[in-house]
Amino acid sequence: MRALQVGGDALLVEVSSGEQARALHAELLRRRAEGSLSVREIVPAARTVLLDGVTDPARLASELTAAETPAAPPRAGGVVELPVRYDGPDLADVAAHWGVGPEEAARIHADTEFTVAFCGFAPGFGYLTGLPAHYDVPRRATPRTAVPAGSVALAGPYTGVYPRSSPGGWQLIGITDAVLWDHARVPAALLSPGTRVRFVPVTAPASTARPA
Amino acid sequence: MTDRALAVVRAGALTTVQDTGRPGHAHLGVPRSGALDAPAAALANRLVGNPPQAAVLETTLNGVAVRPRSAVTAAVAGAPCAVTVDGRPAPWSAPVHVPAGAVLDIGPADLGLRSYVAFAGGVIVDPVLGSRSTDLLSGLGPAPLADGTVLPLGIPANLHARVDVAPQPSPPTELLLRVTLGPRDDWFTPEAVRTFTTRTYEVSPASNRIGLRTRGPALERAAAGELPSEGMVLGAVQVPPDGRPVVFLADHPTTGGYPVIAVVRPEDLPAAAQAVPGTPVRFIAAGR
Repeated sequence: MRALQVGGDALLVEVSSGEQARALHAELLRRRAEGSLSVREIVPAARTVLLDGVTDPARLASELTAAETPAAPPRAGGVVELPVRYDGPDLADVAAHWGVGPEEAARIHADTEFTVAFCGFAPGFGYLTGLPAHYDVPRRATPRTAVPAGSVALAGPYTGVYPRSSPGGWQLIGITDAVLWDHARVPAALLSPGTRVRFVPVTAPASTARPA
Repeated sequence: MTDRALAVVRAGALTTVQDTGRPGHAHLGVPRSGALDAPAAALANRLVGNPPQAAVLETTLNGVAVRPRSAVTAAVAGAPCAVTVDGRPAPWSAPVHVPAGAVLDIGPADLGLRSYVAFAGGVIVDPVLGSRSTDLLSGLGPAPLADGTVLPLGIPANLHARVDVAPQPSPPTELLLRVTLGPRDDWFTPEAVRTFTTRTYEVSPASNRIGLRTRGPALERAAAGELPSEGMVLGAVQVPPDGRPVVFLADHPTTGGYPVIAVVRPEDLPAAAQAVPGTPVRFIAAGR
C-alpha cells in the first residue's frame, strides 16, 4: 500500500488489486461511520481509494500504511437484478472475441455475479467486475456519439450500464429498462460501490428492476 | 407562480444557476459543481443580505438581463461590468434596487469572464441532491438560462446587507497557479516536470466549467501505459495524451484515467475562473 498526497487536503491510497481496494474502501467507510475518520469524499476506483477533504493527510497516510487493512467483509445486502435484452449491436463482436456464439456470450454474462467496483463517468454509472480476466474486451476503435440510455456495455474488465444517453466507446451487448439514476428517488443511484448485480435475460420489453 | 420570480430577457452566452455545489456524492459519479468564483458569489450574496449558500446567477463573458415581477434588491460581483436598471446606470459590486417590471441588465465583462448576480431571497429552483447548481458535465440541476426562462425567488432573509461596497481582486492579466506536485508527477520525464513549472502556458478558448484548458509546450510522459481510473479532486492538473495540462474546475469528472501531474491550491482557483482565453498561465511549484 502506498499513500500519495494530492494537494493540501487529499490522499490517494494505492493498492495492488481491485479486491484490496474493496477491502480498504470498506474499512474506511467503517472508520468514518464510527467517527474515527473525518473526510468529505471517499472515492474508490480501480486500484485506489481517494480521500478528499481530510485535515492532516500526512498523518493519515502514516496511520493507514502502518495498519493492516482487514480483509473485505462478506458482501452485504441483496442482489440488484437488472432485466436485460441481449441484442446489442456489439454482441456478435464480443462473442467472436470470446470465441463463442452470441447466445453463449449472453449466457456467460447472465451467469456471472457482478459487484460495483466503483462509479464515475456519469452519475449512477458503475464499473462492474465479476467476469474472469480472459473475457476482457477492448473498447471500440471508434466511440459512438450517442449510446442509448440503459445500454449494457463491456470494456476492459468492466461491465457498465449507461444511465442516460451519452457518447461512449464501450461494446454494447444489450439493453435494460431499469432506471439507473433518478435524482428524485432515494437513493438516486440504483448501483453504488459494493452493490452486487445480476443481469437477468428477458426477451420482450424488459420489466423494472427491483432489489431481490 | 408567485410574484417572487424573474423572467430572463437576455440569457447571454452561458448563464447558469449556481450555489456552493453538491459535495459528498463523488463516489456515485456526481461532480461537486457550484460557483467557479466562489468568493465573488459569496460577496454578491452578502451585498443583498443572503446567506452564502443562496443560489445566484453565473454569467459568462457577455452578462444577462432579467425582469423581476416584483421589486427586489440585487447585486453584481465577480467580473466587473456595466450594470443598468431600465437603461440607467447602476453600481457594480453594491446593492441595486430593481423596481417591479424593470429590466436589470448586466453587461459584458470589462475584465475577466464571469459575473455573479445575487437577488435578495436567492434563486429557489428545486434543489437536486441538496444543491441548485447547474452541472454542465452530468446535466444535474436546472438547464442553462434561455430567453424567457422564469426563475422563482425566495423570501428575503430581512437581514440588512452587511457591506455597502466591497473591494474585489482584479481579474488576472497573468494567471499564477501555485501547485503541489503529484500524485502522478512520476509519470512524466524530469524535463516535463521542469517545463510544467517554468514555462508559460496560455488559457485555451476550449476552457469551460469542467476544466481550464491550456496551450503551450506538451509534457512528455516518462513511460507509456495506461493509468487505471482513479479519483479526481478540484484543482487537479490532468495531462491528456496531447500533453497540454487541464486544470479541473467545479464540474470536473469524479474519476479519470489521465495522470495528474500536480494540484492547484484551492485559493488560486477563483482567479482561474476569471482568466479569459489567451491569458498567460504559469504553474508555480509550492512544495509538496
